[in-house]
Amino acid sequence: MKFGVLQFPGSCDEVDALEAARRVADAELIWHAERDLKGADAIIVPGGFSYGDYLRAGAIARFAPAMESVIEFAREGGVVLGICNGFQVLCEARLLPGALLPNTNLRFTCRQVELEVMNSGGTFTRTCALGERLSIPAKHSWGRWYADERTLQAMDESGQIVLRYAQGENFNGSLHDIAGVCNEAGNVFGLMPHPEHAVDKAVGGSEDGLKIFNSMKMAA
Amino acid sequence: MAVDVAPPTISDALSLGLTEAEYELICEKQGEPPNQVELAMYSLLWSEHCAYKHSKKLLRSLPTEGPAVVMGPGENAGAVDVGGGLVCAFKVESHNHPSAVEPFQGAATGVGGILRDIFAIGARPIAVLDSLRFGEVQGQEGTRSRYLLEGAVAGIGHYGNSIGVPTVGGEVYFEGPYEQNCLVNAMALGLADREALVRSAAAGVGNLLVLFGASTGRDGIGGASVLASAELSEDDADKRPTVQVGDPFEEKKLLECSLELLARGLLVSLQDLGAAGLTSSAAEMASKGEVGVEIDVARVPLREADMEPFEVMVSESQERMLCVVEPGDLEQVLALCEKWEVNGAAIGTVTDSGTVRVLAEGELVGEMPVRALVDDCPLYDLEPVKPTEQIYPAPLLSPALIPDATPEQALLALLSSANITSRRPLFEQYDPIVQSRTVRRPEQADAAVLALPGGAALGVSIDCNGRRVAADPYLGAIESVLECAANLACVGAEPLGTTNNLNFGNPEKPHIAWQLTEAVRGLGEACRALQAPIVGGNVSLYNEGATGPIYPTPVIGMVGLLVDMHRAGRLGFARAGDAIALVGPFAPSLAASELQKLRGERLPDGLPRFELDAVRAAQGAVREAVRAGVLSSAHDVAEGGVAIALAECCLAGGMGAEVELDGNEAALFGEGPGGFVLSGERAALEALSEHTSVRVLGTVGGDSLCIAGVLKLSLARLAEAHGALAELFE
Amino acid sequence: MRARVLIRPKQGILDPQGEAVKRALPALGFSGVESVHVGRLVELDVQDAAQVQPMCEKLLANPLVEDYEVQLLDGGS
Repeated sequence: MKFGVLQFPGSCDEVDALEAARRVADAELIWHAERDLKGADAIIVPGGFSYGDYLRAGAIARFAPAMESVIEFAREGGVVLGICNGFQVLCEARLLPGALLPNTNLRFTCRQVELEVMNSGGTFTRTCALGERLSIPAKHSWGRWYADERTLQAMDESGQIVLRYAQGENFNGSLHDIAGVCNEAGNVFGLMPHPEHAVDKAVGGSEDGLKIFNSMKMAA
Repeated sequence: MAVDVAPPTISDALSLGLTEAEYELICEKQGEPPNQVELAMYSLLWSEHCAYKHSKKLLRSLPTEGPAVVMGPGENAGAVDVGGGLVCAFKVESHNHPSAVEPFQGAATGVGGILRDIFAIGARPIAVLDSLRFGEVQGQEGTRSRYLLEGAVAGIGHYGNSIGVPTVGGEVYFEGPYEQNCLVNAMALGLADREALVRSAAAGVGNLLVLFGASTGRDGIGGASVLASAELSEDDADKRPTVQVGDPFEEKKLLECSLELLARGLLVSLQDLGAAGLTSSAAEMASKGEVGVEIDVARVPLREADMEPFEVMVSESQERMLCVVEPGDLEQVLALCEKWEVNGAAIGTVTDSGTVRVLAEGELVGEMPVRALVDDCPLYDLEPVKPTEQIYPAPLLSPALIPDATPEQALLALLSSANITSRRPLFEQYDPIVQSRTVRRPEQADAAVLALPGGAALGVSIDCNGRRVAADPYLGAIESVLECAANLACVGAEPLGTTNNLNFGNPEKPHIAWQLTEAVRGLGEACRALQAPIVGGNVSLYNEGATGPIYPTPVIGMVGLLVDMHRAGRLGFARAGDAIALVGPFAPSLAASELQKLRGERLPDGLPRFELDAVRAAQGAVREAVRAGVLSSAHDVAEGGVAIALAECCLAGGMGAEVELDGNEAALFGEGPGGFVLSGERAALEALSEHTSVRVLGTVGGDSLCIAGVLKLSLARLAEAHGALAELFE
Repeated sequence: MRARVLIRPKQGILDPQGEAVKRALPALGFSGVESVHVGRLVELDVQDAAQVQPMCEKLLANPLVEDYEVQLLDGGS
């Protein structure tokens, strides 16, 4: 099984995502200007500041040639994970519902947060139990997820709310403490916290992020 | 492109900061009065900032060699061997004056500048630390200092986070003497293969000079605007901003481009553009290589129309690098620049003329001997005289500390005081984890710890207590070096090398010259004793205003090596039932302590002496115990003394302690080097008495810090005091 | 032709930047400020003004959470 990790000008956590993915399967970097997804079974759109977050976070990266291929890949059911800036890119590309807005505290904040698994049946949280808590770091200044009431209701009903910040852990003001969502078909998932930074107890104290990569591997 | 202007006069030279004697010397070196371009370039290269006129002679006394040193002072950064074929490059630099003008951009570009120094020698930046000083931040009078603090922290976060380099540690102090002159010092570390290190000397007559990165505008020209042609000087002052604006996204591309150029063997040498822009880069590259250079400003990619040649040469536009390339490699170099979406242009050549020649569209507009520019700047002797009177006013009495406070009240006042309270609201604005190397994040241990491939790790700390240095520059400087080493010991790291940023007032004043001389003397002695030579650093002088000079602040950055990252020490108590011990030749005194400061007492004249060797032995014993894995926690005693150290261990571990300590203030809150609070099995702690003093104080447990017969404070109350800084950020 | 695009957060979406500015003004002596919204300005010198609106839809604004207004000015500099 092979992960493909996109790399844009300004991506920061792509190597971290690559190394995390390599703990469970093969993984390769995909340059933003390339359309060839190199036979990847799953795509990771990583964190960072693609294009400097200029205009809006993820607004420019969304049009990269590699993203055109990813959009097609996703439409055909391919598995796509968006982490932080990657989540922003997927929302801008309309592969995921809603939008990410500036944190209510208007500051970049980095904190180890507890997440609750709200949907454990899908591609990305298969190895988690419903209600399980995951300890994963979040670090961003544009992480407040927003969608209108109607969208939110539909998502709730179809199990698209995958992860929520546990009580007291939501520092960005996301609606309903939502930390990660998937599309209706369940093959595209975005979250603001960084699972690739919770794969080694020695470096960060938690391995909970591995569960997401392992779930994706199982689905491949 | 060259504009006809009246030649500059001696009065222009004086406006640019040169002395009359320096101007005369320049005329002599040139054979005639310098023209506009030449005077601009001399004024920058002969400035204190670039030439170290008042400090170079003094700095020669510092120890710079050692078995671990791979690159010493003189290159863009220094480097030490960390095993496994790898070296760690590191350096600290200041950006004090720009940060006082515009704290966000000043601090951001300070980070940008130090990062460029790291990748200029071929190392990938892996961490940033910052050392900040502001005036008091409480109340109405603290408004400006709060503004500077907020701006600086946001700027450091913005730049470091965006470029993907973790900010893993730092320090900030709030003292009256920094009110008018804040300090923003940024330290960076990088990793490189030993054989991949690159030097900056230009070489190969006929080779090309290629400028790559951002386009060149009028950033930072401000002061040099006296030289502008009559036409342009009618324009808005906005056209020549004194503030440089940083673009971390541009620098990220520049970093990747530079490292790929180096990896592909396409560069002969590399230099970053910092203070004095093209002027200093080109001149220094030529000087190191003992060659000459010729540059045509018309080939420089510009952001602004109609820039004069002198403006192009002195521009401080950020995110630019200069390299030397063999002509046959130019095409590949430019292709790589295009891949990374940065400008790239061949702007000149390496010559054997021994001069810097500046052309504009092929026409010569300036010519200066390299030696004159870089080596022949006059160096000045300091004339130190110990002051007979107090230089600094007494600190303001803190309203948080009531007269006749009980030990409990004193502890809470200290724990909530600006210099001690938790920095969480600040460091949460930084990303400490990108690049997946961070084994110890802020507030987890006394030093930051970064994993190396193969299981070892780096420990890094940055420290200086300026108030204690003001009380005694010689001993205070030694204490600052020892503080770094103590922090490294607590995580299990052995010091490899040191970098320093000397932040002082006006060295032409005898009492400041004395501070500088004494501090450098102490710095040298401590680095020698610890075998942690200086591999590079920076000097920032003239930090004083109408209200007087800053405290003498020799900021020390130290890098050390841990054998096993899994054995990295932690500062918080970990296990109920563990014994707690005070270890080391700790002789606490209230002289120049935080408690004394809160009481509004004047600085003492001198600090208590201590045995450097005994402190070093204690550090070694702690380090070995941490490495052996026999301790649960290790924390160095610093500001606020043992009581505060105990409180910090309780808070970090989320558990209380029951100890016995003398109830007198010196024992509780006194400061000085050589004290550690350790926890673990009693036998393990007592075993340290072979090497140093050990005094078992009590046991970990409960939900309060209890000092028998003296005070009892719940974790909740301690946490409340410890969170005092958060109020400033509401 | 110069086009000036003003982009602002949609009504009803929390605008913390606007809130922060609104809170800061009274401290500086300005009273009677009812509401503040902080957005973005994008200025373009274009050949074909008709393209500006599709540019907004596709890139310059995020219509999910932002409203935009296009002003066409004569003679861009």
